[in-house]
Amino acid sequence: MAKGKIIYKRAKDIPLNAMSVGSMLFNKTGAWRNVKPIIDYDNCIKCMICWKFCPDICIVIEDENPVIDYDYCKGCAVCVVECPKKCISLVEEGR
Amino acid sequence: MKQVIMGNHALSYGAMLSRVQVIAAYPITPQTQVVELLSEMCADKTLDAEFIKVESEHSAMAACIGASAVGARTFTATSAQGLALMHEMIHWAVGARLPVVLGNINRAMGPPWTIWTDQNDSLSQRDTGCLQFYARSNQEVLDSVIQMFKVCEQILLPGMIILDAFALSHTSEVVDVPDQKLVDKYLPPFHPRYILDPKEPHTFGGLTGPDGYYELRYKIEEAIQRAKSLINETGKEFGELFGRAYGMVEKYKLDDAETVLIASSTIASTARIAIDELQNEGKSVGLLRVRVFRPFPAEEIRELLQSRKKVAVIDRNISFGHEGIFAQEIRSSLYNCKNKPPIWGYITGIGGRDVTVENIKDIVNDTIKSDKPSGDIIWKGVRL
Amino acid sequence: MERGKTMKLSIPEEELVGSGHLACQGCGATLCMRYALKALGQNTILDIPACCWSVIDGPFPHTSVKVPLFHTAFETAACVASGIRAGLDVLGRGETNVVAWAGDGGTFDIGIQALSGATERNDNIIYICYDNEAYMNTGIQRSSATPYGAWTTTTPVKHFKKMPKKDLVRIMAAHRIPYTATASVGYPEDFIAKVKKAKEIQGTTFLHIFSPCPPGWKSQPEKSIQLARLAVSTCYFPVYEIENGEKYTVNKVIKKPRPVKEFLEQQGRFRHLTEEQVNGIQKNVIVSYNELLKKAGLDLEVHVEIKK
Repeated sequence: MAKGKIIYKRAKDIPLNAMSVGSMLFNKTGAWRNVKPIIDYDNCIKCMICWKFCPDICIVIEDENPVIDYDYCKGCAVCVVECPKKCISLVEEGR
Repeated sequence: MKQVIMGNHALSYGAMLSRVQVIAAYPITPQTQVVELLSEMCADKTLDAEFIKVESEHSAMAACIGASAVGARTFTATSAQGLALMHEMIHWAVGARLPVVLGNINRAMGPPWTIWTDQNDSLSQRDTGCLQFYARSNQEVLDSVIQMFKVCEQILLPGMIILDAFALSHTSEVVDVPDQKLVDKYLPPFHPRYILDPKEPHTFGGLTGPDGYYELRYKIEEAIQRAKSLINETGKEFGELFGRAYGMVEKYKLDDAETVLIASSTIASTARIAIDELQNEGKSVGLLRVRVFRPFPAEEIRELLQSRKKVAVIDRNISFGHEGIFAQEIRSSLYNCKNKPPIWGYITGIGGRDVTVENIKDIVNDTIKSDKPSGDIIWKGVRL
Repeated sequence: MERGKTMKLSIPEEELVGSGHLACQGCGATLCMRYALKALGQNTILDIPACCWSVIDGPFPHTSVKVPLFHTAFETAACVASGIRAGLDVLGRGETNVVAWAGDGGTFDIGIQALSGATERNDNIIYICYDNEAYMNTGIQRSSATPYGAWTTTTPVKHFKKMPKKDLVRIMAAHRIPYTATASVGYPEDFIAKVKKAKEIQGTTFLHIFSPCPPGWKSQPEKSIQLARLAVSTCYFPVYEIENGEKYTVNKVIKKPRPVKEFLEQQGRFRHLTEEQVNGIQKNVIVSYNELLKKAGLDLEVHVEIKK
């Protein structure tokens, strides 16, 4: 499945039944973010509750740690509220 | 094998011989015998298909769409109000490019409640992209179901076989029910390239903006235009195998007739007798039956009507605010031709009123006698 | 995937929804899909009528899900699923899960006829309704799932919705549906267990999922999960299941409900309500919950003190 954004130039190339041939991963929703969640790994207990409740599937598990993929994090801050150790903080995006 | 069967059962046998895999239908007069017989066939396993007894015609077409999207051959049948209810999903089958085949028994639209024939129900589906074959005999009903699958599955569009309420649906005629082996030779199994399949997941019909939608519609038109030659080719092939050939149009004693009568459905059967009698009276008349309404046989119309003296069109339908729909289509097909004949557009037989040999002769004689049409619509048989 | 001893995940790790989708911040509907597909697995076909998910998934020719998905007309979630099921069965692909996936409008309103039809026939499909209590995709219009008291763009503050929410689960139970359950994105483990249960049942199953919508509820995106849990702990949205239309089980029994005010006051859609109106909601919530406890055969009656 294609990774980038697919743009058809000619009618003959378009799947006639409007069928998907690529994923939405080209759409870097991180650009929507106003605030940025940052995990304090010193206090993180790796409970993965932040991973569990992320609506944007942008907290990935790497070496048993939750890691935020800022390419896609929309900054909803559900993880900040749900973290039982309150170790995810929010900072303003600098744009 | 020759059998005496009603038009509705001709639809059922056509579906059975086409080895349909999923049927979804809802009862409506005068369609019920179609689905009753199919239910029995499914129950006694003469037909290996799933029959979904849905709760509406809208759901019937929707269920056929779902089944077709996983790669099953699907069939439904309805009439009038039921077809109108299906309308949204006929558009959906077209856009999703799913070759669902349906039978529609032409029945006039309510209110008032009525169950007798006219063509306004099916003609209201004109602009959906669904193919439309109008049959004039029970034999043609059966044969058209099989041919329709063959055409639709190649161009990936739905198709509708249309027959007159009662005049065909409930009238028994001798029908040659073809041998299954021969049908299998003619109609290969349905194996679409792209289906709903977890092993090769795709999303179908996602949100599309102005940058993509236009081309998708262009491709529908491309496909339905391709159907024109396919219908003639597969109709010819049908003739070679079964002894009965079909095309977009059917000529009857047309030759170099000065006046051409154009009709469809069972009126075109009755019209044959009228033409015989008129020719015996020494009149230069012939009959052209429009069998396929979508795609419209514009090329045949142009080729066969240019340079004729007069054309009379019988419409058992009306586009309120304009004229008879076949007349309208024929006029527009001929508009850019050099030697276009004048066209008399007759409306008659609305709501199932009988159209007799005498009525048709009266129409043709009216055309022969008058210098020009008295209006866009010439009413026949309405009590004014 | 093998994991070390330190980490235990309470829900399956496999993701069948990808990033880059078009859901709003804090969207409950997206979590619904994420959890449902974790339970269903790859061998699943979805059909989705008009709803937020028609947009969330992304524009053609792109998609956010890793299972086949068929977009369909608003009122056809259940009947398209019936057709898919029939097609798969006749083609010998009966092991694939068929899921009709719709919002509350597509389920409670325009799609209820098809849902009732499929359920009466007991077609082997899983119907999942993610309920955000209004037509959110079209811009927050009231549906029959909108609760009493809520503002929507078609129930403006001066004429807020006066009718109660349609009790669809009871309607489904009246069909003697083999399995129906409510669940919440606030409790993914319970939700996933129910989808897995539905998957094992032959016949129609219906899951009603409570799904917060920050733009539609005028709530803070970060509060979505809190609100989903509060809906359960206030008994506003109880989490329970019904087998064969008869056997009720309350999965999360709330012995001491929190005041419903705590749930309502965090949402702008209820901001206009007077104290009396809030008390009215409180009363109805408790009456309904006690009825549910009774149906489940629990010898328990709960109370919330209404402050005058």
